Amino acid sequence: MNNLLDQIRPLITTEVFLLALVMGTFLLGVYLYKRTKISLIQPLLIAMLIIIPFLNFTGIDYHTFYEKTSILNFMLGPSVVALGYVLYEQIENIKGNVISILTAVFVGSVVGILSVVLIARAFGADKILVASLSTKSVTTPIAISLAEKDGGAPALAAAFVVICGIFGGLVGPIILRRIGIKSSIAKGLAMGSSSHALGTARAMEMGALEGAISGLAIGIMGIMTALLIPFAERLF
Amino acid sequence: MIKGSFFILLFYFLGQMLSLLMHGFIPGSVLGMILLFLSLFFKILKPEYVKDAATVITKNMAVFFVPAAVGLMAYGDLLSNSLIAIVFAIAISTVLTLVTVALVQERFEKRRKKGETNHE
Repeated sequence: MNNLLDQIRPLITTEVFLLALVMGTFLLGVYLYKRTKISLIQPLLIAMLIIIPFLNFTGIDYHTFYEKTSILNFMLGPSVVALGYVLYEQIENIKGNVISILTAVFVGSVVGILSVVLIARAFGADKILVASLSTKSVTTPIAISLAEKDGGAPALAAAFVVICGIFGGLVGPIILRRIGIKSSIAKGLAMGSSSHALGTARAMEMGALEGAISGLAIGIMGIMTALLIPFAERLF
Repeated sequence: MIKGSFFILLFYFLGQMLSLLMHGFIPGSVLGMILLFLSLFFKILKPEYVKDAATVITKNMAVFFVPAAVGLMAYGDLLSNSLIAIVFAIAISTVLTLVTVALVQERFEKRRKKGETNHE
């Protein structure tokens, strides 16, 4: 068995195979979601739950996987930039909502930072962990640069951003429906400010307006969190 | 499509330049998004140029997260040490943020609608 693995390893560590694996498992997730309509079955989660055990089993280390699929990671940047166009398309719907959008995201970022810091401390998390958790709701590049400044560990901060995004993307739409939110702007804003680009990916599925507002929320949330963290540092 | 890809990359690059000037305070992609929006808004760039490319990549954003999500496996040991604290803190805080933002925004919208009907 191990012999066979060693023989096919050069084949399964190629870009072609690993990219096809990502697309294939993601597609399987899309298919399962369409068939079952269970909102917890998200393509990203399905892909993750297949690929991680697969890499562990075949002994392919994460850095190899990351290097070969780096084109996908690179595309995160352009996809955020492209949200500028989606936002432009929705301009008529945003007019007149500027003050409420800024207020909502400001209150949201205060609640987000305070709650994560206080809960983590209540569970006895150490200073580095608390500092790395405090930036969980912002997009990765902002979280990493903030973690460097406030005494957190950048790698941990990045991991928490991803966990927060997966979790928010998964339960966000369910909770918004459960509490009866009707406004598209409120939905998009909540998705983007609680779970950044992953929330936005889910918001794009709800509708173009939700997606555009969610993209806008990533930017506002990032800037507000950056401004608030120096005050929150006293709580770490 | 090539025209669209070019402009998106161009704005990404401009965003990164600007980001460098502010010592990385705001990431290049977010600044690129704002610059692209402003260029379209002030009619410096025609929307048709970027429409197709922008629509395709924003509609399929989630797949770009797979490598980063799989990356969590590299932090397995670190995460499992304080698993309960991490899970509770992130889950509760994310839900609180989500609910707060949605409720505040919707309250604002309802109040304004009420204001409009009162004037009539």
